[in-house]
Amino acid sequence: MASYNTSEFKSGLKIMLDGDPYNIVENEFVKPGKGQAFNRVRVRNLKNGRTVEKTFKSGDTVEAADVHDTDMQYLYNDGEHWHFMDPATFEQMTADATVVGDTAKWIKDQDMCKVTLWNGLPLAVEAPNFVVLLITQTDPGLKGDTSGGGGKPATLETGAVVRVPLFVQSGELVRVDTRTGEYVSRAKE
Amino acid sequence: MSPSPGLEVTDWSPSAALEAIRARAAMLSRLRGFFAVAGVLEVETPITARSAGSDPALDSLVTCWHGPGYPRGLPLYLQTSPEFPMKRLLAAGLGPIYQICKVFRDGERGRLHHPEFSLLEWYRPGFGYQALMDEVAALVRCVLERPDLRSECITYRGLFRERLGLDPWAAGVSALRERALAAGITGIESTEMDRDGWLDLLLTHCLEPGLGVGRLTFLTDYPPSQAALARLRVDEVPVAERFELYLDGVELANGFQELTDATAQAARFHADQDTRRRQGRVTLPLDECFLAALAAGMPESAGVALGLDRLLMAHLHECHIDAVLAFPVERA
Repeated sequence: MASYNTSEFKSGLKIMLDGDPYNIVENEFVKPGKGQAFNRVRVRNLKNGRTVEKTFKSGDTVEAADVHDTDMQYLYNDGEHWHFMDPATFEQMTADATVVGDTAKWIKDQDMCKVTLWNGLPLAVEAPNFVVLLITQTDPGLKGDTSGGGGKPATLETGAVVRVPLFVQSGELVRVDTRTGEYVSRAKE
Repeated sequence: MSPSPGLEVTDWSPSAALEAIRARAAMLSRLRGFFAVAGVLEVETPITARSAGSDPALDSLVTCWHGPGYPRGLPLYLQTSPEFPMKRLLAAGLGPIYQICKVFRDGERGRLHHPEFSLLEWYRPGFGYQALMDEVAALVRCVLERPDLRSECITYRGLFRERLGLDPWAAGVSALRERALAAGITGIESTEMDRDGWLDLLLTHCLEPGLGVGRLTFLTDYPPSQAALARLRVDEVPVAERFELYLDGVELANGFQELTDATAQAARFHADQDTRRRQGRVTLPLDECFLAALAAGMPESAGVALGLDRLLMAHLHECHIDAVLAFPVERA
């Protein structure tokens, strides 16, 4: 089984702790001048996103996590599972709601997503940073209002609700930043 | 030669601000002024030696010299500290001496660590370690230009008793492990360490961040198992006459009432070698010249080593050592 020595620790390294895969966020080397050295790390649990602090005696080894990212195309949702395809091999994979999480409200068929695989199975799905989605419902705004302030809620075709300026209407396409959940601009297909 | 992995060729510039590089020069000038007034002589000793330090907590870097008599090369160890040759100068009768030099430690790198760093080491024949602590405080105040910086002295045993409710002389491995877990340190549940390892864990994680906050804190009188090259004294319990200086949670200096007994020193060397063997590490040639100097008679002295990069960090309110180094190892 692959493992890492603490001297290989750096942010981004994927390790196994208590049966879960973790990503090293921060690695601090701690050592009294005349004593034992330690690696004090902040790690993020890749299953639930929680960040915790762990200490290792320098020189100890930790099991490596078989985690890597791959670009996959989102195909469809069958009501229970989300289906993705590797565009190079046409291999398909399914992910459930715990894996897809909040990403579900941003993605639609054909979108390319970053799928994180753990031991070959989907662990997390990340939407593209920007998506273009159709507004299915929003209250009519006042004509001629082009100010940036205020805004109104708009429901998108995927079910997500974002705040849009008053001049944006139902049936229009908008560009949204999925990392912040904020409206960016109107869009053409 | 191609640059190291992850380094862009355009990273030719220093990682320290030019102001920090100038501040280092000013610091060195103040240090030399301080010692000139104090009547302490500046010396130079070799940074490489055919013997290495024995401290099990330190690993030496090694290079190889080829020359007359050594066609196949002589391994030379880069010093982890100039302690042994400087003590030979004390034994030779030179009087109070100081040195500003680079020292080297394998395996160390982090916010407060760099594989080579600048050390100020000085020795005061005839001083007790209390008197030396006063001089250390005076020097730090001078370099930091903070004449009003207060200083305090607390014992290792007092600190652990007061802050962690345990006696570091009495607590066993399982009690120390439990205390670490109770303090919320995780990841070490199944780690195997000796008593000193657990004490170091508690010190670095629970105690050090609170030491020297806005003042100079001298931590003194260490467990005998952490004596290094300090003399032992029997109080209520046996203690090593050793001190460390902290400022704002950062360890700046380590000093000793120096062990001057050649037989006791040889015994510590061998104990260190045993520890290294037990840990499955290489044992290195011992400094026989140093032992011979002790046998010839080294005056009773107090000595201290102070990390100059960290002192400069404190002066400039920097929290990463790279901010005071022209070229850290990654771009050296």
